[in-house]
Amino acid sequence: MSEAPRIETSERHPGILIARGDWTLANARRMLELIEQAPESADDIDGRDIGRLDSAGAMMLSRYAVKVGLGLATVDVRSEHQPLTGTVRAICENPPREVRKDYGFNRMLERMGYAVEDYTREVLALVGFLGLTLKTAAGVLLRPARLRITPTVHHMEQVGMDAVPLVMLLSFMVGAVIAFLGATVLRDFGAEIFVVELVGIAFLREFAVLLTAILLAGRTASAFTAQIGAMQSGEEIDAIRTLGLDPIELLVLPRLFALLLMLPLLTFLAMVAGIAGGMAVSVANLGMSPDMFLLRLQDTIDIRHFWVGVSKAPIFAAVIALIGCLEGFQVKGTAESVGERTTSSVVQTISLVILIDAFAAMWFMEMGW
Amino acid sequence: MSLPVDDTPAIRVRGLRNAFGSQVVHEGLDLEVRRGEIIGVVGGSGTGKSVLMRAILGLRPPQAGEVEVLGVDALSPKARESGLIERNTGVLYQNGALFSSLTVAENVSVPLKEHYPELPEDMVHDLAMLKIRMAGLGEDAGPKLPSQLSGGMRKRAGIARALALDPTLLFLDEPTAGLDPIGAAAFDELILTLKRALGLTVFLITHDLDTLYAICDRVAVLADRRVLVNAPLAEVERFDHPWVQEYFHGPRGRAAQAALAKEA
Repeated sequence: MSEAPRIETSERHPGILIARGDWTLANARRMLELIEQAPESADDIDGRDIGRLDSAGAMMLSRYAVKVGLGLATVDVRSEHQPLTGTVRAICENPPREVRKDYGFNRMLERMGYAVEDYTREVLALVGFLGLTLKTAAGVLLRPARLRITPTVHHMEQVGMDAVPLVMLLSFMVGAVIAFLGATVLRDFGAEIFVVELVGIAFLREFAVLLTAILLAGRTASAFTAQIGAMQSGEEIDAIRTLGLDPIELLVLPRLFALLLMLPLLTFLAMVAGIAGGMAVSVANLGMSPDMFLLRLQDTIDIRHFWVGVSKAPIFAAVIALIGCLEGFQVKGTAESVGERTTSSVVQTISLVILIDAFAAMWFMEMGW
Repeated sequence: MSLPVDDTPAIRVRGLRNAFGSQVVHEGLDLEVRRGEIIGVVGGSGTGKSVLMRAILGLRPPQAGEVEVLGVDALSPKARESGLIERNTGVLYQNGALFSSLTVAENVSVPLKEHYPELPEDMVHDLAMLKIRMAGLGEDAGPKLPSQLSGGMRKRAGIARALALDPTLLFLDEPTAGLDPIGAAAFDELILTLKRALGLTVFLITHDLDTLYAICDRVAVLADRRVLVNAPLAEVERFDHPWVQEYFHGPRGRAAQAALAKEA
C-alpha cells in the first residue's frame, strides 16, 4: 500500500523539513494540502526519506520548495530519484508561458469572420467544381469509351434500386396524409371529390420529386462524402492523381450519371406511391371507388404536371452528386473532418434542393405551365 | 488492490497461444521481462509482435496461456475491473493514436481526468504540460491539434500521453518507424532519458536495428510462433537460427554494428 506523503520538522534543526512517504500521483490531493500548509520559510528540505517518487511528486516537491523560499536544487534526494528531480527541475525552472484560450467577444467576432469566409469559399468551390465536372463530363461524352460502366451501374444499384422501398413507403404515407388533410378541409364544402386533384397535382408537380431528393440527400450525399472522404484521408485520391488518373472522371462522373439516371425513375415511383396513398385514403375514408378515383385523375390532370415534376429531378440529382462529392474531396485527414463534411453535405443538399424547388415552383406558375 | 512487491518480473507470459481462425500466430510462447530494462522485440512481418503486445495489454484475449503484468494476472476479470494495469502501463501506438478532436494538452489530460477526477483543473494542466515537455516538445505544442503536428512530434505527443499517469511499464510499437534518422536517434535518446528518470520498464517493438543497438538491454526474437531467444544483444547475435543470422548479419545489421563500434 502506498504511504501518505508528509512533511516533518527535524527535531535537532527546527529549520530543516523532512519529506517522507510516497510522493506519487495517487496522493496528489494530499500533496496539494501540504503545499497549502507549507510554512513561510525553511532552511532546507531533506527528501532522502521519500519512499516512492514519480514526476507528479517531483513537481509537487519542487512547488513546495519554491513556496518555502527554496529551489528544487536544494532538496536532497536519494540517488535513484536524482535523474527524475533533475529532469523535472530543468523543466520547472523555465516556467511555461501562460497560453490561455480566449472565449470572449473578440473570439466570437473571429469565429463569425471565419464562418463567413468559409461559406464564401464553399460557394466558390461549388461553382468551380460544377465547371470542372461539366468539362470532364463533356470530355467523356466525346469519347464514350472512357465512361466507367461498372462503377456507374454499381452506384445506380446503391442509390437507385436500394432506395426504392424507402422512397415508395414514405411517399405512400405522405400521399395518405395529404388526402386525409384535404378530405377534412374539403368536406366542409362538400367538395371531397377534389381530393383527387389535390393529391394528383401535389405529387406530380412537387412532392414526389422533393421527397425523393430530400431522401437521397440524406442517404446518398452523405454516403458519397464519407466514401470519398475516407479515400481522401487514406491518400487514395493523391494516389489516383499520381497514377495519372483523373479523380473526377473516376469517382465523380459514375456517381453523377448514376444519380442523373436514377432520380427521375425514383421520382416516377414516388408519384405512383403517393397517388396510391391518396387513393387508399379516399377509398377507405371517403367511400370513393378506386375506378372513380382513377377516372377523375385521368379526366382532370394534365400531363404537363408530370413533366414539370420530372424536369426538376436531374437538377436535384446534380446538386446531390456534386455537393456530396465536393465535400468528400474537402475532407482533411482526421475522422472528425469526415464527420463534419458529411453533416455539411447533407445540410447543404437539403437546403439547396428546397431553395431550388421554391424558385422553380414560382417560375413554373408564372409561365403558366 | 495494490501492486505486489517489486521483485516479480514486469511481464511474464507463459504458454501463450494466439490464432486467427486456422492461422496460428503464437503457440506455447514464453516471455519474461525484468523490471527496469528496455526489451526490444523483433521479428519478421507477420510474426505477431503487435498481437503479442495486444495480448499483454488485454486488448485481445489469447486462446490459451497466462499473462502476468507487474505480478497481476492480466487475464483475470478482477485486474480488468480494478484498472490497475491500465493505470500502470502507458502505450505508444504506431501512429500515435492521438484523439484527433482534442489538442495535445487535452490528449495528455484525458487519462489524468479519468483516473484522478479529484485533481484540480490547473494541476491537471500543469501535469500535462510537464509531460509534454518531458517528451521533448515545447509548451507551444500544448494547444495544437494533432493534425497540426509533424509525424515525429505526434509520436512525442503520444509518449507524453502514455506517460500521463507515471506508469512503470511503457509499451512502444515501432516508435522510430517513419522518422528520419536524426529524429529517430533523438527519439532513442528520449526513451533512454525517460527510462533513467522515471525508472521505466520498456517493451519496445521495433524493426530499427540502430534502436536495438543504441538502447535495448535485452532483445527477444519472435519467430516460429514463439520467442526464439531472449537475451542481451551479443548473445542474440550468435544465436544459431537462419532468420536471426540474416537479420543481424545482413548488410543493415552490419552497418548498425559498425556504427556502434565507431561510437564506442
